[in-house]
Amino acid sequence: MTGVRVAGVGLTPFGEHDGRTGRDLFAAAADEALADAGVDRDDVEQLNYGNFMGALAERQGHQAPLMAEAAGLHCPATRYEEACASAGVAVREAVRAVRSGEQDVVLAGGMERMTNLSTARVTESLAVAADELFEVRAGVTFPGAYALMARAYFDQFGGSREDLAHVAAKNHEHALDNEYAQYQRRVTPEDALDAPPIASPLHLYDACPITDGASALVVVSESYAEANDLAAPVRITGTGQGGDRAALQDRAAIPETPAAADAAEMAYDDAGVGPDDVDVAEVHDCFTIAEVLALESLGFYDPGEAVGAARRGETTADGALPVNLSGGLKAKGHPVGATGGSQIAELTRLLRGDHPNSDAVADATVGLTHNAGGTVASAVVHVLEVAR
Amino acid sequence: MTSDPVPGADDGYDEWADALVEEGFYLECPNEHGSLPPRRVCPECGSDSLSEVPLPVRGEIVTFSQVHVAPPDFADNTPYVTAIAEFGPVRLTGIVRGLDAEEVTVGTRVETDVAQNGTTGKRLVVFRPRQ
Repeated sequence: MTGVRVAGVGLTPFGEHDGRTGRDLFAAAADEALADAGVDRDDVEQLNYGNFMGALAERQGHQAPLMAEAAGLHCPATRYEEACASAGVAVREAVRAVRSGEQDVVLAGGMERMTNLSTARVTESLAVAADELFEVRAGVTFPGAYALMARAYFDQFGGSREDLAHVAAKNHEHALDNEYAQYQRRVTPEDALDAPPIASPLHLYDACPITDGASALVVVSESYAEANDLAAPVRITGTGQGGDRAALQDRAAIPETPAAADAAEMAYDDAGVGPDDVDVAEVHDCFTIAEVLALESLGFYDPGEAVGAARRGETTADGALPVNLSGGLKAKGHPVGATGGSQIAELTRLLRGDHPNSDAVADATVGLTHNAGGTVASAVVHVLEVAR
Repeated sequence: MTSDPVPGADDGYDEWADALVEEGFYLECPNEHGSLPPRRVCPECGSDSLSEVPLPVRGEIVTFSQVHVAPPDFADNTPYVTAIAEFGPVRLTGIVRGLDAEEVTVGTRVETDVAQNGTTGKRLVVFRPRQ
């Protein structure tokens, strides 16, 4: 089985892109990734593209070939849809295609347009990721679903809104110097506590923003990287995916995410590492409680222990395990179909040393990304490694 | 959009929801796994031998949230309390009526009812207080 490298990464700034189409956003990210990789676009053999709500937001289905065209690629193109884990699964399938020996160069990433819809319409469109019969009809929104998980967590394990406010403050702090982040703005725990409620116990700063953006990665085989003398020091050494029941009411335990635990176990086994080996992580913090649930499922903390991690300074830039140095979905933004690719792009930059927060993890050799769909009915985990 | 009619989407669900007004039911397989219709096989073990069993009359809220930002289908109702309640071997998700938001806690005892969503005309699972 051949090794897999990330040869180049590309992102649009995350935020509001009034007047720009999804095609324009993805083409920009793809262009940046190919230039970063130093790979000729004619060498790209396949496009793996993530998108969730394009049929609702831009009334455009069948987006993958359109995106290939926009990026100037002449190759088969497939859209992957797994709600907010769409790009994560697109990258995972790129890794598998390269490992199989079938492809040497795959462009993988995703795009989402969201700010062109009203907040009510975005809320409705995101809710499509929940169970229509048993959740959407009962008024469960995306924030509402995570609020149900947060309340159940507090009830079972303890923890408070103040603990979650520290997660928000930490991730906003990390985004201050990230030019791709939607909010390069400090938020204090007090700001988060005082913000208006969205779905109790979650308030405005517990939630990620509504975002437009695109991500792209050039994923290549070791042999292609060597033959073309590419500077591609970051390897994807582990990939894993897990699944769970769609509706929260049907889960074995509401404040736990076993799909992420299964994905992590698969990715750790694949890479031959464990949670203790991980130096830095980008996890799916669409809501502050989601970061807590992720850290426990990934094996960094026992159940009930991660809620105070940010408050104790363990997951801050100067902590033992820096989490979401990009700013996370919370501050960097969450264009849902692009997010999984952007996490790997950010982690690649962190490990290569060309991210504004690379100094915080100058000796890091092992990084992990965690990308979740819905209320973690699906999860994709990747392990990235760099030689020091 | 979710308010658009989707032919067939309510099959099995509407009958189940209507029953909640009087004596609700859930589905049970020979291995005693509980689930809700519409369903062809037990999601736990795959058994296709499912029978209707009466739903316990009284349930208990296991988690809840007061929702302030709603999708268009619920815009007229904000804020409202949505909750997951456990009725024996199955859990249901619904909207709490007959209690102020401050009165709802984990452990609050409820019974089921059905209302109509005024915006969509679809059935709405409702939880009302019950001692």
